Amino acid sequence: MAERVAVVSVAQTKYHQNRGDVREAELAYEAIEQVLQETGLKFVEDGTGIDATVSCSHDHWDGQTISDIKIGDVAGAHLRPEEKVAEDGTHAVYYAMLQILSGHHDVVLVVSHMKESQTVRSMIENAAFDPVYQRLIGLDFLTAAALQARRYMYKYGITEEQCAKVVVKNRKNAQNNPYAQAPMGLTVEDVLRSPMLSSPIRQLDAKPVSDGACAMILAKEEKAKRLSDKPAWIKGAGSCYDAFYLGDRDLADCQSLMLAAKQAYDMAGIGDPRKEIDLAEVSEYYSYQELLWMEGLGFCDRGEGGKLIDSGVTQMGGRLPLNPSGGLLSGRPFAVGGMAAVAEAVLQLRGEAGARQLPDVSTALAHGVTGPCGQLQCVLVLGKD
Amino acid sequence: MRQEPFVVPGKLVVPYRYFVGRLASKALIALRDDKKVMGVRCPTCNLTYMPPRSTCGRCFSKLEELVEVGDKGTVLTYTVVYHKEPVHPMEPPFVYGLIKLDGADTALPHFIGEVEPEKVSIGMKVQAVFKDKREGNILDIKYFKPQ
Ligand SMILES: [Zn+2]
Repeated sequence: MAERVAVVSVAQTKYHQNRGDVREAELAYEAIEQVLQETGLKFVEDGTGIDATVSCSHDHWDGQTISDIKIGDVAGAHLRPEEKVAEDGTHAVYYAMLQILSGHHDVVLVVSHMKESQTVRSMIENAAFDPVYQRLIGLDFLTAAALQARRYMYKYGITEEQCAKVVVKNRKNAQNNPYAQAPMGLTVEDVLRSPMLSSPIRQLDAKPVSDGACAMILAKEEKAKRLSDKPAWIKGAGSCYDAFYLGDRDLADCQSLMLAAKQAYDMAGIGDPRKEIDLAEVSEYYSYQELLWMEGLGFCDRGEGGKLIDSGVTQMGGRLPLNPSGGLLSGRPFAVGGMAAVAEAVLQLRGEAGARQLPDVSTALAHGVTGPCGQLQCVLVLGKD
Repeated sequence: MRQEPFVVPGKLVVPYRYFVGRLASKALIALRDDKKVMGVRCPTCNLTYMPPRSTCGRCFSKLEELVEVGDKGTVLTYTVVYHKEPVHPMEPPFVYGLIKLDGADTALPHFIGEVEPEKVSIGMKVQAVFKDKREGNILDIKYFKPQ
């Protein structure tokens, strides 16, 4: 690759179950303001500032078509370019990276924002399903995830205890993350005692309702080096879709993630992710997903996700810590979820992750997902040099 | 003085007419009039898709051949729903299953009924129960019951 792209600044709001005090633009600006201050960049046309903006949000969630229409004023989009990616925030980062690699822009602001508290999750998610054959039966992403969890656990002998261990680990990790919404000291028994929502998924196996925003600045190599002492380079990126109809896939597998990961690893020159990745931030909307995504990312063999969590490898201090931030289970909104994963990867690479800082981080992976049962997957590999 | 955040309530209620397409039109008429469950076959991939669609996502062929996939199948996975959401069409507990019909290579999500939720299992053989008054949509199948 001729040109390289780095993340030079990241910021997040503290994630919260109900930011009733702000509207979307105000929430987004809380994150945007911080990256502007850190970099000193302005929205100018003379080639010394931010050239363009990419945002991530969802019309249906926001109850407003063209959901980015309302953040223009705070995102530098007054008489300037701004495009929205209505998937996960990782895809917005991916798109901004492509804008820079294409040579079209040098410096791009990326922002994702979401106030889940403003509406009813199940009704939004139900509308994602095919209206002819799937929507009428009332599916949402939770009941769909429950179908996937059951299939995955059945096929590979994954236990409820192993899924619960993901919750315990991530909620504990969140205790060291000032941005985390719901850090908690939990036991496996606490998780297994929480009310059953849609079997085998219990209340604590699911992420809480969350509001928040995340912003970052991406820049091409020459400018990145001027803008930051510690740029986090995007070494690899991959994106892959799976089938729309749930029943077209074997839900115990995650082929689109395996393919997205392969693209990202090939681009980054990673031969063995188990040895070459120092930490990963994955988007687990439900606890079983962290185990399944670990398999898709090649951190263990197929069906070995349960054994990997049992082994302690993915805990803080293990060989491959997963979700040191606390992940989505500790409270992160849709759309923002994967971008917050990128933000954590960057903070860890920069040595700025505070009490949860891991030693000797040189390569970090961030993962985002959208659609029911991990339909669309995005993998980003970031590195120190 | 403590002030509650001021909220303007809103609601988007928008009617849609979803045209079901070339193949599903025929398939839903067959379901309504003859209680026949139809899929579509891709001769190139030798796969029968349920629900039917007009293009094979794997080989990109135009699909034409509607075939009956039958009203009997196997439960690939299921969930017992215990919580309440406004999108749920019935009171909990109820069961969703992913059912592979015998004549299809892909599965259909639907309800599983006439069985204690605790007795549903993966691999269970089930059969469609049709509504008496059918309207030409997927709910013309009331649910699947154990064979
Ligand atoms: Zn085909």
